[in-house]
Order: sequence, then structure tokens, then C-alpha cells
Amino acid sequence: MERDDIYEYSLDTHHSEEEGKVLRKKIWKVTAILTAITVVEVMLGAFIKQHDSIWPLVKYSFIAMTLVKAGYIVLSFMHLGDEKKALKYVILVPYIIFIVYLIFILLTESNYVRSIWESHAI
Amino acid sequence: MSGHATKEIDSATLWGGKVSPFSTSYGKLMMWFFLVSDALTFGGLLIAYGFTRFNTLDAWPIGEETFNSMPFLGHGYPLLYVALMTFILIVSSVTMVLAVEAGHRMDKKGVIKWMIATIIGGFFFVGSQAWEWSHFIHGSEFGKVELADGSQAIVHGEFGALQNFTVTEAGKHHKKGEVITEDLMHQYQHAVVAGHVENGMITLHDGSVAKVNKAADKDMTLIIKVKGAKYKLNDRIEGADASKQYYASINSGEAHKVIYGANLKENEYGTQQYAQFFFFITGFHGFHVFSGVCINIIILIGVLRGLYHKRGHYEMVEKTGLYWHFVDLVWVFVFTFFYLV
Repeated sequence: MERDDIYEYSLDTHHSEEEGKVLRKKIWKVTAILTAITVVEVMLGAFIKQHDSIWPLVKYSFIAMTLVKAGYIVLSFMHLGDEKKALKYVILVPYIIFIVYLIFILLTESNYVRSIWESHAI
Repeated sequence: MSGHATKEIDSATLWGGKVSPFSTSYGKLMMWFFLVSDALTFGGLLIAYGFTRFNTLDAWPIGEETFNSMPFLGHGYPLLYVALMTFILIVSSVTMVLAVEAGHRMDKKGVIKWMIATIIGGFFFVGSQAWEWSHFIHGSEFGKVELADGSQAIVHGEFGALQNFTVTEAGKHHKKGEVITEDLMHQYQHAVVAGHVENGMITLHDGSVAKVNKAADKDMTLIIKVKGAKYKLNDRIEGADASKQYYASINSGEAHKVIYGANLKENEYGTQQYAQFFFFITGFHGFHVFSGVCINIIILIGVLRGLYHKRGHYEMVEKTGLYWHFVDLVWVFVFTFFYLV
């Protein structure tokens, strides 16, 4: 039997031909940005060597560019940007807290282990 | 209407039931929760990788030195193939979002078209990863070599092709004077690892001894990855000296002077944990891509049968789309931390 008490959220997301045009334009724009970032990353990776003095800067710029790409994918392609604020926070906040904590552990512990290796060098 | 209330209850009593606080459907919400947990799995793997990498004293392999080959074109293309793979995965993510957009307009033809494009992109990526694994496992023609002072070096340059083996001492299968032209590289690398090459003479499996005829190598450079008595980390040995030292090890007749490719015990690229993490993380991601392609195919069949059109919305396409974008998202991070940094 047809249930009339369930609200069909999926129907809310329907849009018209004109709205679709605007959305597609946005999708192609995001595509161009993602491609451009990837090209820049590969160029930097291929031409700047790890023993160059500028390398640390390049390394951090890789991480920054990766986060920009991830942001575009999550907010635009996965439409998280169009969801309610509450949903955004429910998904992103626990994740970010966990990852920041794990990165903190990674850096502290690996530095400690490294110092042990160094002081007990074989 | 068994299993749920038939009597009207005001929404205050229901705590505002019927309506999701997130204005989204149950299915989509659960997909998001799954993706968060899966993202934590990948996050954990990459964190473990970072932990190992930071506390290792040995040289960690460098992306552009390890991955510099293209199918059919050979070496000398640092990171290009993996960049192409990344680009293909991004494009397949774009075609997926276009399929979702078409679904919102109830444009069945559009959904079919873009989903097929997404599936093709997915297969291309999985195929590329298979090629990359195969290349990683087989390794380079030179391999990693242990030099006389105990240091270990990777080798750059162009490997002069093996032309043939001329048998000088007969064995079980080969007669004296026979010229062997088949399966040379495979036999040669096995013999080198086993220490069966001495002064340009190779001892084959059947006990026969043959002379190795080989074209000259070009532009050989040795890069030290494990320090020894004489050479430091990242020292470079070039030109005739490189060739002399390399072949001194090859022709020493000692076993395990050279490592070709990678397996779970040793690899030619650097620290062993690197290969372990490479196999596990890219393998786990590749498995995600593969299952994503399978799910996309199942949903495509549903679209072709008109199942979702009858339902009045293409939310299933949207949900698989979320999973597919997530696979792309993970790759963006794997690409950065495995290949670039």
C-alpha cells in the first residue's frame, strides 16, 4: 500500500532544465579547477627534487592543494555544501576531530620512536 | 498498514517525527555514515604509513624515481601515468555527478549515458592500477644493487638490451655453441640474484654455461639509498665509474647482490615497509574502486529497467554517486602521500 506519511525528500531535489544548466556549468567549472590543481601538483613533483631547499614549501603546498581538492569533491560533487548545516557538522566535525588527534599522535610518537632509533643506532 | 500508527498524532508528541532533522532521506544519511567510517579506515591506514615513514632512518623511496614509466613508452616519464590515472578518476567522478544531475531532471537517457561513461572510467582506473602493480612487482631492468663497500644503490639510465647467450659449456639441454635468444631477461635476472653470473658468463638452470651478449647501457647513474663504508645517502655515481661498480657486483658470482622488483620480503625501491604499505593501501583502494564499478553496473541495470523512473526519483543513483565520489576523494589523498610528498 502506498504510504502517505513518509516525506519523500528525494522529490525535493528535482530541478528544471534551466536550473540544470546552471548546475552543469558549475560542475564543469569544478572539473577545470580539479584538473588544474592536479597538473600543477604533477609539474611540481616532477621538476622540483626532494633535496632542493624549496622542497619543504612544495610539500606543504601539496597538502594544501590536496585539501582544496578534497573540499571541492565533498562540498560540490557530493553536494554536502547543499545539505543542512546540522548534517554538515554531524559528518565533518567528528571526522576532523579524530583525524587531527591521530595526526598529533602520529607526529609525537614517530618523533619519539625515531629518537630511540637514532640513539641506539646499530 | 500494519507496523505503524493509523491514528493521527500531532508532531509535537512525535518529537517532530516523520521529518528528518537533516531534511534528507534515511538511505542517504546511512550512506554518509558509512562513508565517514570508511574514511576513518583510510585515515588510519595513511596515518600508520606516515608514522612508519617518519620514524624510519633509511631513505624512503621517492615517488618520481619509483614511478617513472608509461605503458608502451618505457621510462623517463616521472609521475605522468599516475597523474593520468588520477585525472581519469576525477573525470569519472564528474560524469557521475552529471548522471545524478540528469536524474534530478528525470532524464533517463542522460543518466544511462553518464553512468556508462563512469563505469568505463572506473574500469580504466582498475586496469591502470593492475598495470602499475605488475610494474612495481617486476621492477626495473637494473634492480637495486649492493656495491663493494656495502652501500645499496638504485640505478637510473637506459639498460642495454640482452642480445643472446652463446653456450660455451654444454649442460642437460643446451649444446655447446648453441645461441639462446628466448626468455633472456627472466633467466638473466634469476641468475644474477642466485649469483650465477660471473665475469660475463651465465650458468643456466640446466648447468650449461653461456656467454652473455649485451648491448651497452647508456647514461648510467647510481644513487645511493643505503649508506656503506664509502658512500653516503643520496651520493650519485655517474658515467664509467657507475658502470664499473655496477658490473663488479653483477659479475661477482655472489648471490643476493641485486634485488629486482618488489615482494613482501624485499624490494628494490627502498625501505621494506614502503612496499607493504603500497600493496595494502593502493590494494584496498583498488578494491573499493572495483566494488564501486560493480555497484554502478547494478544500478545501471536498474536504470535501464526503468525501476527508478517508476519510483519517481533517481535517489539510488545519487547514493552510489556518493560512494563513487568518496573513492575519488580517497585517491586524492593516496596520490599526495604516496606519489607526491
